[in-house]
Amino acid sequence: MALLRPTTILLKKELRTEFRTRELLTTTWVFVVTVLVLFSFTFEPTQAESRRFGPGLLWLALLFAGSLMLHPSFAREQVNDTLAALRMAPIDPVAILASKILANLCFLLLTEVFLLPIFAALYNLNLPPILPQLLLVLLLGTLALAIVGTVFSAISSHARMRELLLPLLLLPLLAPALIAGTEATRQLLEEPAGLSLEWTGVLVAFDIIFLTVTWLFGEYLLEE
Amino acid sequence: MAHGAASVAESTGHHRWGAGLAETLAVAALLGIAGYAALFVAPTERTMGVIQRIFYFHVPSAWTGFVAFFINMVGSIAFLRTRNLKWDRLGVASAEIGVVFFTVVLVTGPIWARPVWGIWWTWDARLTSSFVLWLLYVCYLLLRTLVDEPERRAVVSAVFGIFAAFDIPLVYFSIWLFRTQHPQPVIGQGGALDSRMLNVLLLCWAALLGVMALLIRQRCRLETLRHSVEGLRADAERNATGN
Repeated sequence: MALLRPTTILLKKELRTEFRTRELLTTTWVFVVTVLVLFSFTFEPTQAESRRFGPGLLWLALLFAGSLMLHPSFAREQVNDTLAALRMAPIDPVAILASKILANLCFLLLTEVFLLPIFAALYNLNLPPILPQLLLVLLLGTLALAIVGTVFSAISSHARMRELLLPLLLLPLLAPALIAGTEATRQLLEEPAGLSLEWTGVLVAFDIIFLTVTWLFGEYLLEE
Repeated sequence: MAHGAASVAESTGHHRWGAGLAETLAVAALLGIAGYAALFVAPTERTMGVIQRIFYFHVPSAWTGFVAFFINMVGSIAFLRTRNLKWDRLGVASAEIGVVFFTVVLVTGPIWARPVWGIWWTWDARLTSSFVLWLLYVCYLLLRTLVDEPERRAVVSAVFGIFAAFDIPLVYFSIWLFRTQHPQPVIGQGGALDSRMLNVLLLCWAALLGVMALLIRQRCRLETLRHSVEGLRADAERNATGN
């Protein structure tokens, strides 16, 4: 409860900062569409082939978009050293991390809402019948990306070559989430479509484990 | 600062040298015995032949690498809890040595695979997982080179080390599940291990654990000396500008 109020206030601040300019979302959207178009050259995008490769494309596009999009999360705070101001506030440092994770989750989900119809149209996939299950898988996978990505954005913001470092730290660690997300999505696109309990379970486990680790150790990243 | 650095240099200096030599000789002897046992004592595998003997080096290297990464996690958590930089030094030492052992795994794997399966690499569950694991800790070491301030470097690499450690079971489980759902080349596994083979395997593991312990200790010592050199240099610069 003590965490809830500062988290919501900080979340509002994160969202307000972004929606003033919408730079991050616009740039990411254009990036994601570019990736989707380029992927069409890597295989023959017929409907059958798209069913086989589509899930992997979708998740790789999301992962790449995320690894670029999450970088400003902490880098933004460095321009005027606003993180120091946040740290001085009488709130639990976990609230700072939680609000950033939630904000990034929102940005990524907005990207996906924009991405899905284009993806379905370009690759000729019939998504509406499986939409609820697909959204669940996307939510779980995106949460994984948001948690780890936000924490690593705090890590890489202190390093040299930080724009390059974030994807490097993020992508190998997210391998289990990539596999689980891709496989769960693939089983949704198959006939008959079904929600894979195993793979959804892996995503849930990933989220729970890294939420706990962030909760236990994340605050060390915020101290000066 | 200067005094602290001098005492560190002393404690890593001469009087430890004798004990270090004895331990090094013991590990070297154990390694020699293990190598002999792997080459001559263990029976030749029926279908794979002599090349299977690389197994006594390949598998214990992976196990030893896991132990090193586990030490890295312990060091990372201990550093965050105590703020003592000695734990950070244990962290970097164990991660480096773990990467070395996993490099051995990734090199000996294909050497084994080529004559047995006719291919250098297969996206087999264990090989793939080991590759991802190797990448994770290479990134850990890379991260360390890109953060300059020692205290900050220790904190961020400790947090990354803990994330990586918790990722290991997820990587193994998800890749295993992925591979069992997809067609893959049949790999000559299964069947119980001959008891002599098992004993030789454990002997080799003990030898490699000894090598790991020696290397980690040596690497920690190097890091301590590096740290004290940095301190001395800073002192010297301060004195030079002061006069």
